[in-house]
Amino acid sequence: MPPSTVQQGLQFPATGFDVYRTRQEFPILNQFVRGKPLIYLDNAATTQKPNTVLCGLNQFYGCCNSNIHRGVHFLSELATRQYEDARLNAQAFLNARSHREIIFVRGATEGINLVAYSYGRAFLKEGDEIIISAMEHHANIVPWQVVCEQTGARLRVVPINDDGEFLMEEYEKLLSERTKIVSVVHISNALGTINPVKEIVRRAHEAGAVALVDGAQSVAHVPVDVQDLDCDFFVFSGHKLFGPTGIGILYGRESLLERMPPYQTGGDMILSVTFEKTVYNDLPYKFEAGTPNIGGAIALSPALDFVRSVDLRKVAPYEDALLKYATERLLEIPSLRIIGNAREKAAVISFVMDCAHPHDIGTILDSEGIAIRTGHHCAQPVMQRFGVPATARASFALYNTPEDVEALVKGLQKVVEVFG
Amino acid sequence: MADLRELYQEVILDHNKSPRNFGKLESPTHQAEGYNPLCGDHYWVYLTVSDGIISDIAFEGSGCAISKAAASLMTSLLKGKPVSEAEKLFERYRAMVTGQGGGDPSEMGRLVVFSEVKNYPTRIKCAVLPWHTLHAALAGEQTASTE
Repeated sequence: MPPSTVQQGLQFPATGFDVYRTRQEFPILNQFVRGKPLIYLDNAATTQKPNTVLCGLNQFYGCCNSNIHRGVHFLSELATRQYEDARLNAQAFLNARSHREIIFVRGATEGINLVAYSYGRAFLKEGDEIIISAMEHHANIVPWQVVCEQTGARLRVVPINDDGEFLMEEYEKLLSERTKIVSVVHISNALGTINPVKEIVRRAHEAGAVALVDGAQSVAHVPVDVQDLDCDFFVFSGHKLFGPTGIGILYGRESLLERMPPYQTGGDMILSVTFEKTVYNDLPYKFEAGTPNIGGAIALSPALDFVRSVDLRKVAPYEDALLKYATERLLEIPSLRIIGNAREKAAVISFVMDCAHPHDIGTILDSEGIAIRTGHHCAQPVMQRFGVPATARASFALYNTPEDVEALVKGLQKVVEVFG
Repeated sequence: MADLRELYQEVILDHNKSPRNFGKLESPTHQAEGYNPLCGDHYWVYLTVSDGIISDIAFEGSGCAISKAAASLMTSLLKGKPVSEAEKLFERYRAMVTGQGGGDPSEMGRLVVFSEVKNYPTRIKCAVLPWHTLHAALAGEQTASTE
C-alpha cells in the first residue's frame, strides 16, 4: 500500500491479500471513463470478469461452439463435455451431493421463479404460509406473491431492525405448522446485511418447512457449502461472481427436485414424446428445457476456479477492512448517513446525503469516473422501511482498493461543493 | 462529458434549494401525480384553470435537483399563461432536453438552463417528469410516468 494515497491517521491493516495483483486479472479496470481512471463500485449490480472468463467465452465460441446433448459429431461432444464439466464444477463449488442437484438457470431470479412456480404451485394450498424477510430483493418477493395469489397461500414478512438486521425472535413467532416455505436473502443487496441463514434454515426445518437461500450477493464474498447450510434450495447468478451474464445456478435437494414438476417444457427435458404422453427426463435435465446458455455455463467454470484460487476465506478480512475504512471515511462527509449498519455486514454501503438526492450524487460521481448505483436497488420495501425514496450505493469487490475509497470520498466532497 | 456546472447551473441549484410555488392548491381544477419509480422522483402538480388561462399552479413532492428545479421553473413560467401556450412550451422543452432540436433561447426563455440535460441520457426523465405530470393534469389524467 503506498501510504501517501491513504488518509493520514487511518490505518489500513495488512491482511495478506494482494489486491493489486488480483486487479491485474481484470482488464476492464485498467481504463479511463469520462477522462478519469475508472473506479468501479457497482459490484452488487454486477462484477467485472477476469481474463480467464473472457478467454473461456472466446474459446467456446471460437473453437467449440455447438449444441449439446444430441449431436454425434466432435464439436457437440466437446461442448457437451465442457457444459457438464461446468456443472460438476458448480457442484463442487457449492459442495452439493450430486450433479443432479445443480440446475443451470439464467440467474438467481429465474432460480427463485423456478422453485416458486414448480414447488409452490404443486405443493402449496390455501392457508399455507411462505416466510420472507423485509430486506428481500423484488426477485424474492414477487414470485411468492404470484404463487400466493394462485394457491391461496399467505406471504409473511420477518421485520428488520433500524440497523437492517433480521429479527430472529420475530421470525420465530411467525413460524408455525402453516409455514411451508422460508425464502431469505443471504446478503442484502441494499443494506449489506449478512443473515444468519444456517440458523434460519434450521428453524424452518424444525417447523417442517423447506428453505431457500438467495445467494446472489453472497457467493462472491463468503464461501458457501449447501450441505453445511442444510438449505433445500440455493440460487446465485454467475455475473455477480465474476462470470458471464445470463447464467446462474439453482441448487435443489435431490429428493425435492424429484417430486417437483417441470418449470418449462420443450426440448432436452424429455425422454420420450408421443401425442398421448410425454416422459420427462431425469434430473437435472428435467428443469433445463431448450438450448441453454451453453457458452455462459462453460465460461462460468473459470469464474468458479478464480474464486477458488483467491480463496474467499483469505479475501474476507481484506473486504472487512475495506468496509471499515470506507465507512469511517464516508462518515466524515457532512450530512452523509449510512442506511444499514448490521454488525454482520458485507462491503456494501448504502447512503443518503441531506444536501443531494442520490441521483444527483450518482451523476456527479460519474463525472469523476466513479460508478455507483442509485435508486431503490429493486428493494422498494427496504426503502420504505427506512423512509427514503432511494439511496446511493457503493458496493465493493475483491479488486477494489483503499485508493478507490479515497476517490469516492473526493467525489462526495465535490457533491458537497456543488450542493452544500 | 461537458462540465458539470453546465448541467447544474446556478439557476437550477437555486430552484432546487428554494423551489417556487411549492405546496398544494386549495381547490385546483386539475391535478396529477407523477412518479418515476426507478429513481424515486415523485411529484404532484396542481392547477387552477379558468377561461383557458392557468391562473394558479403549484407542485409538491420530492426528487433530484433536476426534477425539482424543472417543476419549480415550470410553475413560475406558466402562472398566468394560456393552457395552449403551456402545451406548446412542453413540446419545445421536451424536444430540447431529448436532443431533438429546439433550445433557441428566444423561444425557451429561462428553460434554456436545461439544455445541457440532453447530454445526460439518464437524467432526461428527471427533467421531463414534472412536465409530463402537468400534461396529464391538463388532460384530466390522474397519473403520469416517464417509464
